Amino acid sequence: MTLTLQNLTVRRSDRVAVQDVSLTVGKGEFVGLLGPNGAGKTTLLRAALGLLPHEGVSSLAVLSPAARARAAAFLPQTREIAWPVRVADVVALGRAPHPAGRAGDAAAVDRALTRMGLSDYRDRIATALSGGEQARVLIARALAQDTPLLLADEPVAGLDPAAQLRTMKVFADLANEGRSVIASIHDLGLAALHCTRLVMVERGRIVADGAPRDVLTDALLARVFDVRGFHADTPDGPVFQPLATVR
Amino acid sequence: MNRPVLPLLAILVALLFAASLLIGPAALGLRESLSALFGGQGGPVVLVMQEIRLPRAILGLCVGAVLGLSGAAMQGFLRNPLAEPGLIGVSSTAALGAVLSLQTGLAAAFALALPLAALAGAAVSVALVLWMAGPRGGALALILAGIAISALAGALTSLILNLSPNPFAAMEIVYWMMGSLADRSMTHVWLAVPFMAAGSLLLLATGRSLDALTVGEDAARSMGVDIRRLRLLIVIGTAAAVGASVAVAGAIGFVGLVIPHLLRPLVGGQPSRLLPAAALGGAAMVLASDIAVRVVAPDQDLKLGVLTALVGAPFFLHLLWRMRGLEA
Repeated sequence: MTLTLQNLTVRRSDRVAVQDVSLTVGKGEFVGLLGPNGAGKTTLLRAALGLLPHEGVSSLAVLSPAARARAAAFLPQTREIAWPVRVADVVALGRAPHPAGRAGDAAAVDRALTRMGLSDYRDRIATALSGGEQARVLIARALAQDTPLLLADEPVAGLDPAAQLRTMKVFADLANEGRSVIASIHDLGLAALHCTRLVMVERGRIVADGAPRDVLTDALLARVFDVRGFHADTPDGPVFQPLATVR
Repeated sequence: MNRPVLPLLAILVALLFAASLLIGPAALGLRESLSALFGGQGGPVVLVMQEIRLPRAILGLCVGAVLGLSGAAMQGFLRNPLAEPGLIGVSSTAALGAVLSLQTGLAAAFALALPLAALAGAAVSVALVLWMAGPRGGALALILAGIAISALAGALTSLILNLSPNPFAAMEIVYWMMGSLADRSMTHVWLAVPFMAAGSLLLLATGRSLDALTVGEDAARSMGVDIRRLRLLIVIGTAAAVGASVAVAGAIGFVGLVIPHLLRPLVGGQPSRLLPAAALGGAAMVLASDIAVRVVAPDQDLKLGVLTALVGAPFFLHLLWRMRGLEA
């Protein structure tokens, strides 16, 4: 078991942002965290890492910061690169939690750059790249941390279609290697296609948890997302395309 | 980006330090100066070298180093190239302490009253800023608390000047606030250097955490960075180093703002590499400026802080101009 949340509750000044969430994510799972804007996805991820005050128990939050940094990597929603640093230097920041080992560090950085298709970018200045390219650099940074668990907050937002597919494939590969990935995703079609399991959140509570076809039902989509859409099974996998709002 | 920036800066600082020792109103020969510096008994030349020029050069080196270093640390922590060491209120409260000691006559009665009062002012600002920003306060809370404290200290300083019954005392305060290294003694060196050294050690220890902070506060925390500890190191390190600098040299502006910005591209942007480079760069700028005030207007007592601001402010405008160009 990689992550266990028990009765996790987060109160922000006047409201309950995450309410009584219990969740267990095991090895080899790629969990898509779904929910409309403001459902509490970001708050849930941050509280699970112990970055927010919370009630209940998260198996990550109880670790020491150093141990947690070796157990889980986090890609925040806000893409930020403050200084004009080389791409390879940004990615190498992911090695900070690990005891110094230059050779291993360089190999991990190379692997992360290759996985995100950034091998030709390593000497470019990160702040001079486009928003989508910077997002890929920051994903590579999280990959270089080389942890059993990856929490990513809207990793594919702002990426071009090829980069979206490549990123989802990388996360699915990580899960196949026996790691675990939890990613909040707004693109229901990408989530249906790549995730092994979907968790749907509405107003801070988990309302559905299971295989993609069991979560993306017409009833739940209408109730939680106010949309209806087109489902099909294709040789490439399940396809879902939202078509219209319900109300 | 593998230029040997640090060795080149170190050589520049060494040359400027030597020049600071060898240039002054008393025209001394090179050999005469050096033998007086490293030995010699009594005599006017020995006095000039050991009691006037040596403390001035040492303080120029140290004051510049801590201003550059704390500027780089502050910019790294706040992830803002426009941050400077005075932002958390240290400089203005240290100045207020010094002005109080001048106004009350303590400074005249007891030589170390002024620097000690300035250090006390810096300590008060640390306590206030940490209390006002709160235990979990982020960067924004820290900046706002610092601005409030700076404004209050500035207002109290103005009030003291406003109510000063004695125009000569007011004049002395105004001149002191301009910042200078003239007529400092080894006593000033012994008082200030321990605080500067301790503060610098705290600031130099923040390098790797500041690097991680490049990708944002949440990402840094997820990589194991303790933000509260980092904030404490930055605030206390800056207060000790910059408080001591203001205590012995007055307010010397723009070094902490300009130097990190100037050197950042040369070290590849990483805060951990910028810290030592900015310390050397700040030392070079203050040593060079302090030589310039002696050479440009030897009879006018041109103040060091005036010169650094004269050089620094146009650079600041240039910085804003370039930023405007990038945003357009």
